[in-house]
Amino acid sequence: MTDIVPQPAPVIPVRRPSAEQSATRLKSRYAVERRFKALGLGSLMLTGLFLLLLLANITLNAIPAFSEHAAVMDVTLDPAVIDPDGKKDPAILAAADYASLTRAALMTAIPGVEGRAAKKQLASVMSSGAADDLRAKVLADPSLIGKTIKFPMLLSDDADLYFKGEGVKASSRPGTGTITASDSKGQITLTSADNAFAALTDTVSKFDLEKDDGGLVLKSSMPSHLVALNGGLVKLSKISPSSATGEVLTPLTSAGPAVGSAWQFVTYGAPEGNRQVNDQAATFLEKLKASGVVQKNFNWRFFTSGDSREPELAGIRGALVGTFLTLLVTLSLCVPIGVLAAIYLEEFAPKNWLTHIIEVNINNLAAVPSIVFGLLGLAVFLNYFGLPRSAPLVGGLVLALLVLPTIIIAARAAIKSVPPSIREAAIGLGASKQQAVFHHVLPLAMPGIMTGTIIGMAHALGETAPLLMIGMIAFIVDVPKGLTDAATVLPVQIFLWSDLPEAAFQQRTAAAIVVLLAFLLLMNGAAIWLRNKFERRW
Amino acid sequence: MSILKQANTLALAAASLVALSGAATARDQIRIVGSSTVYPFTTAVAEQFGKAGGKTPIVESTGTGGGMKIFCEGVGEDKADATNASRRIKKSEFELCAKNGVTDIVEVKVGIDGLTIAHAKGAKAVKLTRKQVFQALAEQVPDKDGKLVANPYKMWSDIDAALPALKIEVLGPPPTSGTRDSFHELFMEKGAEEFESLKAMKKADEEKKTKDFEKVWKSIRKDGAYVEAGENDNVIVQKLEANKDAYGIFGYSFLEENTSKLEGVAIEGVDPTYENISAGKYKGARDLFVYFKKQHVGVIAGLDKFVAEYVSEKAIGEDGYLAKKGLVALPKDKIEATRKGALAMAPLKGDDLK
Repeated sequence: MTDIVPQPAPVIPVRRPSAEQSATRLKSRYAVERRFKALGLGSLMLTGLFLLLLLANITLNAIPAFSEHAAVMDVTLDPAVIDPDGKKDPAILAAADYASLTRAALMTAIPGVEGRAAKKQLASVMSSGAADDLRAKVLADPSLIGKTIKFPMLLSDDADLYFKGEGVKASSRPGTGTITASDSKGQITLTSADNAFAALTDTVSKFDLEKDDGGLVLKSSMPSHLVALNGGLVKLSKISPSSATGEVLTPLTSAGPAVGSAWQFVTYGAPEGNRQVNDQAATFLEKLKASGVVQKNFNWRFFTSGDSREPELAGIRGALVGTFLTLLVTLSLCVPIGVLAAIYLEEFAPKNWLTHIIEVNINNLAAVPSIVFGLLGLAVFLNYFGLPRSAPLVGGLVLALLVLPTIIIAARAAIKSVPPSIREAAIGLGASKQQAVFHHVLPLAMPGIMTGTIIGMAHALGETAPLLMIGMIAFIVDVPKGLTDAATVLPVQIFLWSDLPEAAFQQRTAAAIVVLLAFLLLMNGAAIWLRNKFERRW
Repeated sequence: MSILKQANTLALAAASLVALSGAATARDQIRIVGSSTVYPFTTAVAEQFGKAGGKTPIVESTGTGGGMKIFCEGVGEDKADATNASRRIKKSEFELCAKNGVTDIVEVKVGIDGLTIAHAKGAKAVKLTRKQVFQALAEQVPDKDGKLVANPYKMWSDIDAALPALKIEVLGPPPTSGTRDSFHELFMEKGAEEFESLKAMKKADEEKKTKDFEKVWKSIRKDGAYVEAGENDNVIVQKLEANKDAYGIFGYSFLEENTSKLEGVAIEGVDPTYENISAGKYKGARDLFVYFKKQHVGVIAGLDKFVAEYVSEKAIGEDGYLAKKGLVALPKDKIEATRKGALAMAPLKGDDLK
């Protein structure tokens, strides 16, 4: 025992700054604050700018994917092809060769196409989906058989992109002089006694062209030169001032001479080598466009069909349904387990080293890389329990493991924020601890728990890595119907499309990203709305 | 109390779901795994097969190595039926398969993929040899005396005065990619063999069972001249557009789809065109394979029909739908051989595997 001797209070020397000193100091303190504010605002604006750029870029890329081009043509539903027996048996109707009907319609719309290569070229401007659409139409209404109907036939991805892009940049100027065609189709020679091609040889001479007995050989890396005469179109491959040889793209009505303004030079400004659509296909498409049958529609197919290797047929329905099923499993596992775990840890568990270790581990689990959960899913759910590969059930289980720590942490925080007075009042009125928690604490903590859950779900919505191990990164055409059907999810669909070579798939990728972002916004918006609606402040 | 009840029901429902699905029904859908390079082609066949009345097979994109692992897990309804591969099956993989009971493997060579080096359109056209590619990208190259030194070349013109005076900058796939394996085998190994000193090293390796030569052609420089641009070839295409001086390495189908933006580099004087690759003139080409389990034929409905669809003329033929998707068709006689082997379901012997 020692006596406490009262000590005299220490004298703190006070240095009073002069008025001038304090004024400068105040000024510099304000300046620091202003700088900090400016920096904060600047970084916020920079972030906003980047976000805006990203969104604008994705949206701009996505816009073309939301429309599709179709050509409305007269299709004759020939009973001999569709229903030879006349019994209208759905099985026979479904198995018929509708592609031959759509091809025939196309041949009628663009007459005069001869030769195997040209016919193949013509068939390639139409999507294979046109025949499928026609089949669906006939199956829905068999009374159409035998009639000729106006039917919008879906164009192929290249043709679609052609109409969405700049096209061939066609231009024409009138010819002067007289030219004579040697034939009306195939490889022909155009001859001119008065050097009608001299103007053209001058234009192309700036390209470094090879000579072949007097003629300049044109290349696909330069603009294409064509001649329109006698109602047809000839693509030139070799020219000299007095003659030109080339391939007939559109048959001439007759061989023979064309004088002066009766013929034109046509130039496709975009070099053929730079296009997906060659000159032959371009003439077909230009012809379709000129006849006014090409129409642009909203691409509903994108939302109603599953995956496909044809960009114009590919849709996100399968991925959307797969996402929904997967998240359903995740949600129905996470919420009860997560909330009950949080309640136990927060309200009932004794505070000892064991619960402490559990708490630390839950926090650590929230930071484990997601691929690890995929490996766990592969080892446990697939190999040990023998669940099917690529199933939304397994995907949901794996994602549930992934978001469970997030939900437990959020739920605990929400429970902790309920003031102790609520519990004490309930217990004071004779409620058991369990009654106090479930009747009073949990309802008050619910908004916070729901917010945490939705944010956890949004996290799960964006995951692809853990799904790789359990086989959900896959090409799946059929829309899943149950929890054990093979399925994929939206982010995986984006990943798969982004890796395909076709240019049209790049736009689909962007469009799918827009849909995914819309879902994320919706979910986060719901979280904010729930919080604002039910939140209680004390 | 109601919340507790709801939570209980939910938990019960989830638990019973897990229990129910354990007893999955017999499979009527073909399952294929493997290479992301062959994925675009196998999926196209799968879709056609589905349209023709079968159930559309599921095609996973796991990479060649990962696919082999899954494929070789064993025989049974819960195992994969086929795997895509951008290279031939390895001896070790074949043995793993045999160990797990996968004894009858049918090898189908479906087509060719050209590995192309390309640059943005508008840049000056160059021609390269595989030796020059090796010199540009290997970690160690032989100097004048044949001694291995750290790669000293900074500019293309350092290698050969005829090449442009540009910094060496090549964008290519990371080591996890099958395309990268092929690049090493088709370009780096062949390029290295052009050097006398390295040839001698290869010979010495064979005698002494060392792997010095392999180490040389399997090492790519790490000083920034080679940029790993990710598995996604579209990313490389986009980066080339932005950087006119850089070169990129990717599959021929990406070059074909981006003709408006890219230009292929001729290798040993041969341009990477469809005709040259198909005729075997272009040196940077590799065969693509699909491996089927013969033991699953008759067990999994439609597997034999799927094989038949894959090797049909309308699929892998010169004018087939796979050619439209960027697959380079095999020469006619080889297609015939492929078709004969596939339809007869002749199992792989494994004697000539490496």
